[in-house]
Amino acid sequence: MEETKNNYKAWLYLAPVLILLALFTFFPIINTFVISFLDDYDYVTGANSGFTFDNYGTVLGITERIPGEPASRMMDFIRYALPNTLIITFITVPISVILALIISLLLNRIKVLHNFFQTVFFLPYVTNVIAVGMVFAIIFDKTGIFNRIFGLGDLNWVEPGADYARSMFVLCLYVIWTALPFKILIFSSGLQNIDQQYYDAAKVDGASKLKTDLKVVLPLLSPQILYISITSFISGFKEYSAVVGLFDRSYTSSGNIHNLYTVVYYIYDQLKGTNGTPHLEYAAAGCVVLFAIILVFTIVQLQVSKKRVYY
Amino acid sequence: MEKTVKTTTRLVLIIPNKKRSIKDTEKTSKIFHIIGLVFTYVLLIAAVLVLFLPFYYMLAASCMTESQLGRGDFFPTEGNIIDNIIYNYSHTISSDGFDFPVLITNTLIVGLSTTCGSLLITILSAFAFSKLHFKGREVLFTILLATMMIPGETMVITNFSTMANMGLISLNQDAWQAYLTLILPFLANVFYIYLLRQNFKQIPDELYLASRVDGKSDWQFLWKVMVPLAMPTLITIFIMNLIDSWNSYVWPSLVILNPDFNVISVALRSTTFQVFEHEVWRPQYTWQMAATFLTTLPLLVLFIIFRKYIMHGVARAGIKG
Repeated sequence: MEETKNNYKAWLYLAPVLILLALFTFFPIINTFVISFLDDYDYVTGANSGFTFDNYGTVLGITERIPGEPASRMMDFIRYALPNTLIITFITVPISVILALIISLLLNRIKVLHNFFQTVFFLPYVTNVIAVGMVFAIIFDKTGIFNRIFGLGDLNWVEPGADYARSMFVLCLYVIWTALPFKILIFSSGLQNIDQQYYDAAKVDGASKLKTDLKVVLPLLSPQILYISITSFISGFKEYSAVVGLFDRSYTSSGNIHNLYTVVYYIYDQLKGTNGTPHLEYAAAGCVVLFAIILVFTIVQLQVSKKRVYY
Repeated sequence: MEKTVKTTTRLVLIIPNKKRSIKDTEKTSKIFHIIGLVFTYVLLIAAVLVLFLPFYYMLAASCMTESQLGRGDFFPTEGNIIDNIIYNYSHTISSDGFDFPVLITNTLIVGLSTTCGSLLITILSAFAFSKLHFKGREVLFTILLATMMIPGETMVITNFSTMANMGLISLNQDAWQAYLTLILPFLANVFYIYLLRQNFKQIPDELYLASRVDGKSDWQFLWKVMVPLAMPTLITIFIMNLIDSWNSYVWPSLVILNPDFNVISVALRSTTFQVFEHEVWRPQYTWQMAATFLTTLPLLVLFIIFRKYIMHGVARAGIKG
């Protein structure tokens, strides 16, 4: 009797969250998946002309379909969004993980001001990605301070017409900047939990500090490294705000300058409609592709880590 | 923070060396230790400086004259700095499209409603998931956790069409419509439920049983015992939620078409700060930097006040994975 009473009460406590999740999480997951297979989907009326794989074909640049779009726009996802996202991810994730590890290991060696440094390194975590992106754009302006300090004349880094490699360099630099604080906090609090006895043991064995860090501390930190690596690959694949902050929407979406498109950028562009009409079906297909990529990478990392992570 | 007295056992390992006395060996190792320490501090300070450069330059640029910023100077030296600050900031907050008081009001209304609403919902569901026994509890919780794997863009697409079909997204949307669209999708947050449930689970069941014996209802137990005990976690959730809400860009930029209800991040990006001079509109980057500083400042203040809660919450979320 006790159980049944509790049973109905529990559902009462859960009612608000379940109703909200049903409306704004569960239904959208299913609905977006369904939309990605609907032909000519109209989001206002829900009208469509049946099941199709063509949305995926369009996103992946195989089927030519977007009405009123120049043919070149067809390939945006394959030509720009996907390669850019992969470049951003594979450049920024390793660099930021290694930098964060180095800083955390250095931080681990000091006792005086340890907490102060830990706080200071974490501070940029709470900032607004759009706002700081705009500051980076000013720093890398043609007449900005970066060119001035390094005596580079009026090299164009981020303004319209800038060289692709240069824009990508600034973008990656900014993504690394935004990614560091969280990683440093996770690593340095992981390091604080490592027992002093490991360091003592290594010292007795005559290991140098560097050797202790590489052979003893890093393996003990492997659960944190795995966690950081999985989450940063996911956020790398979803990069969007940094591009908007740095370049503004008008830069990448006007005319033919699509060279800094990312996967999520593509999804939101289709959702807003690149020429007036939103194409939810293409956005949905792009989303499913994104999910598939994230899933594959996460599974691969979990498999690889099985042998290398010590809990 | 509790302080524990540590008895440190210092371990000195000295390998005998014929050429040098033990004292010399100890001395050199000490010197190397100090050099290493100095090197470590220098590297750390250098890293801090690089990391803080954007913050410094945001502030410095907002104190400069437009012509000085245009030359890429590092320090605001041209003109009277106080005058520059007054000129830049007063023009920034009254710029067309960046009506600061209105933006702050909108952002705070949305942020506080989302945060308070979601906190209430989180408390109720975390209580059910940690202390109440019902059929399918673990299965349901696993399903909830699994949704965290799905990219948020998936939800945005359908939620956008849901809101549009409810007539909430239009150029003449009123305050209720605008605020509802911004608040509703973010009231239920699985991650916060997970965080609070972990905390609730640590509260011993004996307390629950004891309060039952005392004749307290579940409802009383939740608010009189559980909530006060979990206060640090609740503060963490409150602050993290508020910061997220302050920084949200994508969703508001999609659903707010009436500029009267713009939030700060969107306005910051979409406003062109410019001045009409000599028959042409000139962009004012000093004003833009003043606006970015005004957007960032509340976050920095929040961080300084609630540093401990934020760092603790984020670190714990990370370690539990």
